[in-house]
Amino acid sequence: MIDPRLVLVLSAVLLALGVVGVLTRRGAISILMCVELMLNAGNLAFITFARLNGGPEAQIFVFFVMALAAAEAAAGLAIVIALFRLRGTTDVDEINLLKW
Amino acid sequence: MIVDIAIIAAKAFLVVFMVLNLAGVLGWVERKGSALIQDRIGANRASIFGFAGLGLVNTLIADPLKFLTKEDFIPPAGDKFLHTLAPCMALFPALVTFAVIPFGDVLTWGDRVINLQVANLNIGILYVFAMGSLGVYGIVIGAWASNNKFSLLGGVRGSAQMISYEVAMGLSVIGILMVYGTLELQEIARGQGTLIGEFLPESWRFSKAAIGWLPAWGIFLQPLAFLLFFTAAVAETKRVPFDLPEGESEIVAGYHVEYSGGKFLMFFAGEFAEIVTAAALMTTLFLGGWQLGLPARWLPEPGWLLWGAQIAAFVLKMAFFQFLFVWVRWTLPRFRYDQLMNLGWKGLLPLSLANLAVTAILVVYGVVGH
Amino acid sequence: MELIAFFVLALLLIASAIVVITNRNPVSAAVALAFNLVSIAGLYMVLDAQFIGLLQVIVYAGAIMVLILFVIMLLNLREEVKAHPAGTFQRVLAPVTALLFAVVIGRAVWLTAPSTFPEKTEGFGTAASLGKELFTRFYYPFEAISLLLVVAMIGAVLLAKRKLS
Repeated sequence: MIDPRLVLVLSAVLLALGVVGVLTRRGAISILMCVELMLNAGNLAFITFARLNGGPEAQIFVFFVMALAAAEAAAGLAIVIALFRLRGTTDVDEINLLKW
Repeated sequence: MIVDIAIIAAKAFLVVFMVLNLAGVLGWVERKGSALIQDRIGANRASIFGFAGLGLVNTLIADPLKFLTKEDFIPPAGDKFLHTLAPCMALFPALVTFAVIPFGDVLTWGDRVINLQVANLNIGILYVFAMGSLGVYGIVIGAWASNNKFSLLGGVRGSAQMISYEVAMGLSVIGILMVYGTLELQEIARGQGTLIGEFLPESWRFSKAAIGWLPAWGIFLQPLAFLLFFTAAVAETKRVPFDLPEGESEIVAGYHVEYSGGKFLMFFAGEFAEIVTAAALMTTLFLGGWQLGLPARWLPEPGWLLWGAQIAAFVLKMAFFQFLFVWVRWTLPRFRYDQLMNLGWKGLLPLSLANLAVTAILVVYGVVGH
Repeated sequence: MELIAFFVLALLLIASAIVVITNRNPVSAAVALAFNLVSIAGLYMVLDAQFIGLLQVIVYAGAIMVLILFVIMLLNLREEVKAHPAGTFQRVLAPVTALLFAVVIGRAVWLTAPSTFPEKTEGFGTAASLGKELFTRFYYPFEAISLLLVVAMIGAVLLAKRKLS
């Protein structure tokens, strides 16, 4: 059988990869995609714990996280579209209007 | 253990074999059926030693050979890997969806009970919707990788159409789920074996006399859901009247304009395989699946005759729906894009919600279902 | 048998995640992310959470990723430029920090989590058990999240609309 610790370590590795993506990528949409990676890593940990405890509570939490991720992706992409119309690029290094 | 794996592998192989063969035969039915409807003869020129076989040689042997020996052209400015990946992503969900569709009742072989369904998930219907959602990728990736404005236009239209009609398709099926009380497709097929009279309450004598002799098939218990599901399925598979994404006279073949040879054959076969899968799903949900109806009482049970008859019944019902798809194609004109989207969101969605509400009320008051 | 499935899925997971964070073409990264999400759904099925697994395919891989692909195509994004030279320090420090992070969490998990799964409870992961909890105990959060989705939809439409002036 599978060792739950392996699955949790896998989830930690996925989270770390997501963090690297967010810190290194330059396109706004690519950063959003790496954020989705991190959310999925969290979901994987939740499901492992749900299987360990046997109840439906953690699975319902995952259900809500998925719905929230959908809402956040929609709103975030709308912001990226509006920003693209304004600045002509999605490069986050160029979108620095608040810098002096 | 090994025998179990061998049985599952045999079932999976049988299912994929059946779907691909039916997709090929459907191509022949399309050409000859369209010829019948349009009062002409159809393709009959290719022949082996003078045997033309009603156009079968043409469609099943000559056409695939022609496709497979054509040059495999990848647009130079397009993305090479994605261009090759897109047809695979279009064909894969159509074949894999068939894994949860039951094509017969249980088989008893020696002391083994074999369920004639590749995978009996206890959330069977959700799996079908999941694979339907994955079907959008083939279109989107194919359109993008072709680096062609018409292709992109067709692809964006096609994927928007598919995700719009997925919603209506899912909601219309929930009525069926409420009536039969389960998500497993094998149980839904089994639940259609009784007559409607056994569903209705005791005191409804007039209704029992009027419609109680009909078998409890989904089409009689949920007629509106059947119409909505059929419309949504035709839109999902991008057949006429919803075939603007690949519209031949408007945007030259839309998202598969830059595909030739084997890859186009995969798109083509994928579309026919989707029709086969949609037809199989409609038989299972609405027409009783493998149920024979009345003749089941006359055959010895359990026995190979009964099982063969059930599989034959399933294939015949599926064939009827496939012919219905072909019939609708050559009868109706094409929708304009805004009419299409209006129908999906402002027509089918409210109707399916209304169907859901009415069915829920009827189920709660014990009129139908569990 | 499950161990083989787990290792294959874990390998696919890590490989596609690496493609997501390194490939400069946004469409390839999006396709790799879709693959990643389907692998995670496979892992959920191995862990017996079937309903959540299929929901992951329908919602994440089937809807959210298609939305992201649509936006990439709408904005016609081409390959990302290579990072600015002044960002080299960041590009070296990020993987190191993330590695440290993963090691710390991994070790914490390895020392504290149990090492075998218990037997599956009856009806774990089915739609019936989740639906029952969702419509009785978690009824208010369920309604709140539907409201949130409507608000997000309206907000997204308003933000992305072209100004009519």
